[in-house]
Amino acid sequence: MNIGILLKEGPYNHQAADTAYKFAEAAIKKGHTIDAVFFYNDGVINATKLMDPPQDDRHIASRWAHLCQEHGVQMLACIAAAKRRGINDDVLIDCGTITGLGNLTDIAIRNDRLITFGD
Amino acid sequence: MLHTINKSPFGNSSFETSARFLQPGDPVLFIEDGVYAVQANNKFSAALNEILKNNPVYALAPDLNARGIAEITAGVKSIEYEGFVELVEEHQVSSWL
Amino acid sequence: MEEIESESCDDEIVKKIMHVMRAAPHGTIYTYEGLEMILIMAAYDQDISVAFIDDGVYALKKGQNTEGIEMKGFAKTFGALDGYDVEKLYVDQISLEERGLTEDDLVVDVEILSSAEIGKLMTEQDVVVHH
Repeated sequence: MNIGILLKEGPYNHQAADTAYKFAEAAIKKGHTIDAVFFYNDGVINATKLMDPPQDDRHIASRWAHLCQEHGVQMLACIAAAKRRGINDDVLIDCGTITGLGNLTDIAIRNDRLITFGD
Repeated sequence: MLHTINKSPFGNSSFETSARFLQPGDPVLFIEDGVYAVQANNKFSAALNEILKNNPVYALAPDLNARGIAEITAGVKSIEYEGFVELVEEHQVSSWL
Repeated sequence: MEEIESESCDDEIVKKIMHVMRAAPHGTIYTYEGLEMILIMAAYDQDISVAFIDDGVYALKKGQNTEGIEMKGFAKTFGALDGYDVEKLYVDQISLEERGLTEDDLVVDVEILSSAEIGKLMTEQDVVVHH
C-alpha cells in the first residue's frame, strides 16, 4: 500500500513528529511504501538541519533524513508555511525539498492513504 | 473510517466531540495524550463504554507505557505501531487533532 | 464541447477530500493555513468539502474585524469558496447551538447537519484532513 504522511506540528514541542516517524517505520517494516512526508504549519520546522538536540535525545531531523536516504521517502516542506517560519533551502535537511501545496494534493490523489499527524 | 484521538479528554473536547461523529463499526485509536481516555475508572469510562458498544477501541501501547497507564477500560485493545499500521491498511483515517 | 470535457475528466482520479475546521480563527494559524490548503486543492478538480466543527464554526462568524490585531481577516474568503468550486460547506448543528449562534450569524450559506450526518459523510471520504 502507498501512504502519504501530512505532519502539521514542529519537532519536540509535540509528540506528533515522533508518532509520525514511528508509524512510518512500522509501515515500511510491513512492506508498505511511504511516498512522502509533507510538512505543514509549524511542521516545516522538522525540515531544518540546524536543530541540535542534546546528544542523549533523539535527533528528529536526522530521522527524516534517514527515512529519505534509506527508504526513498520524499521530505517536502510547504513553501508558504516555510517562508513564514524562516525555513529555506540554506537550512534544509539532506534530500529535503521545499514545494507547493499542489504537491500535497498530488500526494493525496496518488496514494491509498493520506494520514495526518499534528497538534 | 479509523478515528485517531491524540488529546487528553481532560483538556480538550476532541474525545467528546469525535464520539458524536462515529459511525457504528468505525474503529477508534487513542494515541499520544489521547490514551488518558482509556485509563480504567476515570471520568470518561462511562462515555467510553458507550462507544465500545458499537465501535472497536484501541490504544497505542507505547503511549500507554510512557504514561504509566497499566489498567485500561475492559474491551479496549492495546496495540503496537504495527497494529496501528494494520488499522490503516483496513481504513481511511480521520485524525482528530 | 461540454461532453468532451466531461469525458476527458472521467479518466482522471477524483478523490473525496474533506477538510475539518475545528480551531477558532485567529488564536492559532490552523484555520488560515487550512484555508490556503483548501484553495490550492480546489484547483485540482477534486471533490472537496469543508466541515466546521467545535470552535471551527467561529471562522464563519459575521462581523470579524482583525484590524486591531494586525492579522489578515479571512472570513470573506470562506464566503467566496463557491467561486473556487468548493460548494460543500457543512456546519455541525450542535457546535453552532452550543455557541449561541444561528445560521444568520454566518458569512456564507452552509448546510447545517447533525453530527451523525457529517460523520456519515466523513466515512465516505478518501482523505480527511483536520486543521
